[in-house]
Amino acid sequence: MFEIIEKRELAENIYLTRVKAPRIAHSAQPGQFVIVRPDKQGERTPLTIADYNSEEGTVTLVTQALGVSTRKIVAKGAGDYLADVAGPLGRPSDFVAEPIEEVRKRRYIFIGGGVGAAPVYPQVKWLTERGVEVDVIVGAKTKDLLIYAEEMRKVATNLYIATDDGSEGFHGLVTALLEKLINEEGKQYDVCVAIGPMIMMKFVTLTAKKFNLPCIVSLNALMVDGTGMCGACRVTIAGKTKFTCVDGPEFNAYDVDFDEAMRRQGMYRTQEQRALAIHKEREAGHKCNIGLDR
Amino acid sequence: MANKIPRVAVREQDAKLRATNFEEVCYGYNEEEALLEASRCLNCKNPRCVPACPVGIQIPKFIERLLAGDKSGAAAVIGEDSSLPSICGRVCPQESQCEGSCILGIKGEPVAIGKLERFVGDWQLENGRPAPQITKNGHKVAIVGSGPSGLACASDLAKMGYEVTIFEALHEAGGVLVYGIPEFRLPKERVVKQEIESVIALGVKIETDVVVGRTITIDSLLDEEGFDAVFIGSGAGLPRFMGIEGENLNGVLSANEFLTRANLMHAYDEEYDTPIYVGRKVVVVGGGNVAMDAVRTAKRLGAEATIVYRRSEKELPARVEEVHHAKEEGIEFKMLTNPTAILGDEKGWVRAINCIAMELGEPDESGRRSPVEVAGSDFEIECDVVIMALGTSPNPLIASTTAALETNRRGCIVADEWGATSREGVFAGGDTVTGAATVILAMGAGRKAAKAIDEYIKSK
Repeated sequence: MFEIIEKRELAENIYLTRVKAPRIAHSAQPGQFVIVRPDKQGERTPLTIADYNSEEGTVTLVTQALGVSTRKIVAKGAGDYLADVAGPLGRPSDFVAEPIEEVRKRRYIFIGGGVGAAPVYPQVKWLTERGVEVDVIVGAKTKDLLIYAEEMRKVATNLYIATDDGSEGFHGLVTALLEKLINEEGKQYDVCVAIGPMIMMKFVTLTAKKFNLPCIVSLNALMVDGTGMCGACRVTIAGKTKFTCVDGPEFNAYDVDFDEAMRRQGMYRTQEQRALAIHKEREAGHKCNIGLDR
Repeated sequence: MANKIPRVAVREQDAKLRATNFEEVCYGYNEEEALLEASRCLNCKNPRCVPACPVGIQIPKFIERLLAGDKSGAAAVIGEDSSLPSICGRVCPQESQCEGSCILGIKGEPVAIGKLERFVGDWQLENGRPAPQITKNGHKVAIVGSGPSGLACASDLAKMGYEVTIFEALHEAGGVLVYGIPEFRLPKERVVKQEIESVIALGVKIETDVVVGRTITIDSLLDEEGFDAVFIGSGAGLPRFMGIEGENLNGVLSANEFLTRANLMHAYDEEYDTPIYVGRKVVVVGGGNVAMDAVRTAKRLGAEATIVYRRSEKELPARVEEVHHAKEEGIEFKMLTNPTAILGDEKGWVRAINCIAMELGEPDESGRRSPVEVAGSDFEIECDVVIMALGTSPNPLIASTTAALETNRRGCIVADEWGATSREGVFAGGDTVTGAATVILAMGAGRKAAKAIDEYIKSK
């Protein structure tokens, strides 16, 4: 059982949960994730690590409540317990193991879309703490859905904000802002790291390609165990099947078959939607009299 | 003459009914049946069954104790060589081990050794084991993985006085006994949990949600956490795929994923949130126990279920009993058939599997006649789910994060007969050393390593 130390709403349906998990806090590196099971009946849900503090022994998770299990996670508050938090899983970002002098030579642009801003944060923090120049774009549909902008401002060299509706920062998609930074503001980058919805990562990759800008993405495939045992998270990378949980989650974006990855994310959509509908009814205190929840 | 009595049939759940539920198939013997079956044993002077048992259980001796009405004595005899009789009695391939060499089997039917072992094991689970006197020796041993080898190693070391901690990557202890083998073959609450509880009762600590190689490492256990030795019993959890076209379509999954969803994650139980997809028609590729477990699980979840296997029925590596049960439950067997591609619909979901007929050619290195494709015999089997049950190999996570731990080209950790690896103080056993094998071999390896660890620590 893992105790929740803090829980707060970051935006509508997006919550920060800081949980006591000393072993994970001690070992976590940028780029890694955890698997959370909210309660005994819950699914094992992969969540990105938004921050970690080994002295406190805590790990910060950001969850968007979409399905049954994520709703269960965010329903828990400080003092409550998550049944399981396992990790840190996946390979750390490549730069963690590279000689820091090499990393310092590069100019990084990070793009965090939606909840993707959360896993970008520990990477940017790690790099700028070591004197690497990092620009960051944080994007959201609208101002109210922006997360981690303030935290990011403290660690990023330059922070740029994009909203689809123009309610804050640049009016448009993160891809258009990236083009503008390079074309109009004379920015030069050596590496782009994009984390967010699969469709966003696909289009950031296409944009990066236009500039021959090397690009890394962090894939959020479906998973069960997260340790290489089930293969649910299979993705095609440069024509070869890889497991996101152990070979990733970060891959060279040019090699990723995004269309297949998006299709595979929908593998259980029908069951998930049905389960969510039943869960919402239960939350509302309804009991199905004709047995549709059986 | 004892052998005039026919082998006592074991009571089973009706095939039609059980194909719709997850309750245990085989009810096992009651006392009367067990005693009658025990009376068939000839108590051979030179028993052929004992050397055929991978851990050398004194079979005639335990049967003799049972027949004499001394169930706890029978349990003690088994306990000398096996720590998981309830489990092995259910899942061992007896027909190729003890029962396969029983002298009665030459002209008639062998003694039902597995069912007798199960009877004794279950009796012991219900009545409790005598608590051993343990004197703590002040040394700490870490065990990686809570499957059969880890549990066996832990329980022996705890009895010797070691302070033992098992680290388990998943949220529940038991390894393959929990995520792999289905409820209808190995009940979790009644059998597996009880076995684990009895290990905990010896003072063994189990820490779940710890992925060795990620959360902690072998080196951190030895250098920072003060363990004197480590036993790696992390199993063979990495699923194999065929590498054919269409394998990443929606609806293609490994048996590991399918069974983990169903068993560990209880997807068959509406109280649990885990989704599972079976569609209408499921094809399972493979012929081992895992393939049988997957196909019978699919059937129980309401699908039409078919096994596709490239050799003939004689070569099926699964236990004979599982094949027999699967057939009774209405599983279709397509033998001498090999998939060549998986075909998808316009949305990327499985619609069929393309297969080719095979014939048996010359024997290969395993001694089995190797299957050869029959040219031009391609045909399609319509289906919406394909489950790959082609075997597993050890997860590379531990080997790749532990310096100087030697592995072979199949990814297995190299260890000697007693489990010693290339690293001092690091021992290994079970599937992670042998590649996917049996519960009893893993259990035996865990117990041998416990002895070796004891000697190693004492000699330090």
